[in-house]
Amino acid sequence: MRTPLNHLVNQKTRVSKTADLTPPKPGTPGAPVSEQRVEMAGQWQLMWWKFRKHKLAMIGSAVTLLIYLVALFVEFLAPFPRGVYEARYTYAPPQALHLFERTEQGVRFRPFVYGYKVTIDEVAIRRVFEIDTSQKHYVGLLVRGAPYKLIGLFPSDRHLFGPLEQEAPMYLLGADRLGRDMLSRIIYGTRISMSIGLVGVVLSLFLGILLGGLSGYYGGAVDLLIQRVIEFLRGIPTIPLWMGLAAAIPLDWPPLRVYFGITLILSLIGWTGLAREVRSRFLSMRTEDFVIAARLDGSSEVRTIMRYMVPSFLSHIIAAITLAIPQMILSETSLSFLGIGLRPPVVSWGVLLNEAQNIRSVATAPWLLLPGVPIIAAVLSLNFLGDGLRDAADPYGR
Amino acid sequence: MLTYILRRLVLMIPTVVIISLVSFAIIQLPPGDYLTTLTAGLEAGEQVSQGQLHYLTERYGLDKPLHVQYWRWMSGIILRGDFGQSFEWNRPVKDLIWERIGLSFMLSLSTLLFVWAIAFPIGILVAVRQYSLWDYFWTFIGFIGLATPNFMLALILMYVAFRYFGQSVGGLFSPDFVDVPWSWARVLDMLKHLWIPIIVLGTSQTASLIRIMRANLLDELHKPYVTTARAKGMSEISLLAKYPVRVALNPFVSTVGWVLPRLVSGSVVTAVVLNLPISGPLMLRALKAQDMYLAGSFILLLSTLTIIGTLLSDILLAWLDPRIRYT
Repeated sequence: MRTPLNHLVNQKTRVSKTADLTPPKPGTPGAPVSEQRVEMAGQWQLMWWKFRKHKLAMIGSAVTLLIYLVALFVEFLAPFPRGVYEARYTYAPPQALHLFERTEQGVRFRPFVYGYKVTIDEVAIRRVFEIDTSQKHYVGLLVRGAPYKLIGLFPSDRHLFGPLEQEAPMYLLGADRLGRDMLSRIIYGTRISMSIGLVGVVLSLFLGILLGGLSGYYGGAVDLLIQRVIEFLRGIPTIPLWMGLAAAIPLDWPPLRVYFGITLILSLIGWTGLAREVRSRFLSMRTEDFVIAARLDGSSEVRTIMRYMVPSFLSHIIAAITLAIPQMILSETSLSFLGIGLRPPVVSWGVLLNEAQNIRSVATAPWLLLPGVPIIAAVLSLNFLGDGLRDAADPYGR
Repeated sequence: MLTYILRRLVLMIPTVVIISLVSFAIIQLPPGDYLTTLTAGLEAGEQVSQGQLHYLTERYGLDKPLHVQYWRWMSGIILRGDFGQSFEWNRPVKDLIWERIGLSFMLSLSTLLFVWAIAFPIGILVAVRQYSLWDYFWTFIGFIGLATPNFMLALILMYVAFRYFGQSVGGLFSPDFVDVPWSWARVLDMLKHLWIPIIVLGTSQTASLIRIMRANLLDELHKPYVTTARAKGMSEISLLAKYPVRVALNPFVSTVGWVLPRLVSGSVVTAVVLNLPISGPLMLRALKAQDMYLAGSFILLLSTLTIIGTLLSDILLAWLDPRIRYT
């Protein structure tokens, strides 16, 4: 019974289909060997080949991976803890990191930063910083600094890099209003900002698959009701709705609860897109031959869905998720920026940008805008990754 | 066509009712209300008369159950066009909103025109010259535009304008023109300030419209009818303008539906940064201060406008493409 039905396969179409998929091995495309490889390859293998051809998507996935690694190891990567402040260095400008030191013996590798000479401008009542080339603060790799617990579990006090003397000022990306190191804070923000996208997507995925699946599988009245709800939610302008809900979060909530509150609010809208995707997949697949065959064979409903239908649209869902994450990140950033999202002491990119809200602070300290760089990088790379996944999700199409 | 419009209009009614319920729920969500704040101020020795408190409580039934409050609010709007009183500003909500809605609308409309003027030709260009240098260039710009949060762009533009052009940034008017009646000089002054918000609000929309236009047109360009027309010796320009662009325009029109609400809601964040005298910042402030009738009216109004915007674009689409009416 298991022999392939060769006579049913039109050899011509087979060849023409394989011709589009160039297997990336050294063998010349179209050669018999590689053709066979394509025919033998499973669905996921074909997707991977197709995905690999998408250059931007490959770059995007590398950057995304890198950013999530940063998010994982923030305590180790950040030279200073996020809350450490130094009133002497408010709005200190970024220092350049010098890698090589010129001495009488010649040039050698010894990273250092110059110190600051601080004078107080009596008129503007603010500190004026000048780079003081007479002071050198050496910077080392894997230095001992403030103790921390990595991911809240592993205690250590080693930091990837930092000043050798703990008290030395090192502000590679400048300092903020309270003299806190921007670099460390941006690194700390990575964890919150990137995870809020993930958590939010998981929440909306749950709702989206459940409701979209119900809607697509049963059709009829259930479908009608759920579709109306989705249309309604999409009809409301999102930002006012978010703002209304976010403003309703009590000010005395602990940070963690605010975090989940915000994620919940974001996924309240986010699930509708996923639900639509799932529904259309279900609808188009319900009448596919293999699903009908499975049903006629007597598989239960759950088995039909989980064993046959879900695997065939899983790749589309993954692509949709990837494209939903950057939306969440941008939304969180906007809310926090307005001051109704996450609030200090929680550090996210949006919270950091909240400091740069008016032109006066931006004019005195343009480096306050720097948290925007990782936002753009993260959103871009996730978008590229999602685009590549979406194209690869259907390896048989063009 | 008429029945289609009528049916859509009837369907709109329950949606608006639900929206009014949601708006009301949202303004009721935070614990306490503005009166609690006011009472606290009273205890702290501020000048709020007991009579005023009493009057407000009485008028809005703030001591009554929720459905009574909702009914008073809604019946005021429907029967008398009275959106309630802003506690913080101590003025009718209607006046406050009217003051700003004109400028909001003007800004949205000019942004829409800007977006279309840019996205339309570029969309055609990149589709016709697929994989050319232009295509890559605009794809790149488009992605950056999509990935940059609006307020980021606003801050950067403000910084550039402030630093390198020495222009007074933020707001829609120079300080001399803020409180004077409309005149030509004031209009000119406004135009000088308008470009930053328009660019900021329009960039991400332009980016996504270019992508949509490109994708749609690419779908059409390889269809047999294009080849046929070309084989018959039609000039490339008139061929493009006459057939594929018209078909590709179809989904383009449907985006008006989401361009309009996005312009309304997206402008909140930008307007706060740029300090624009439009509805967004007022709404944010109202939400933060629990100025419930002002905030609620805003949400209600914006949502209704969104629904109307969607309806308008649907009607436009149905008028352009009769197939849509019957699906």
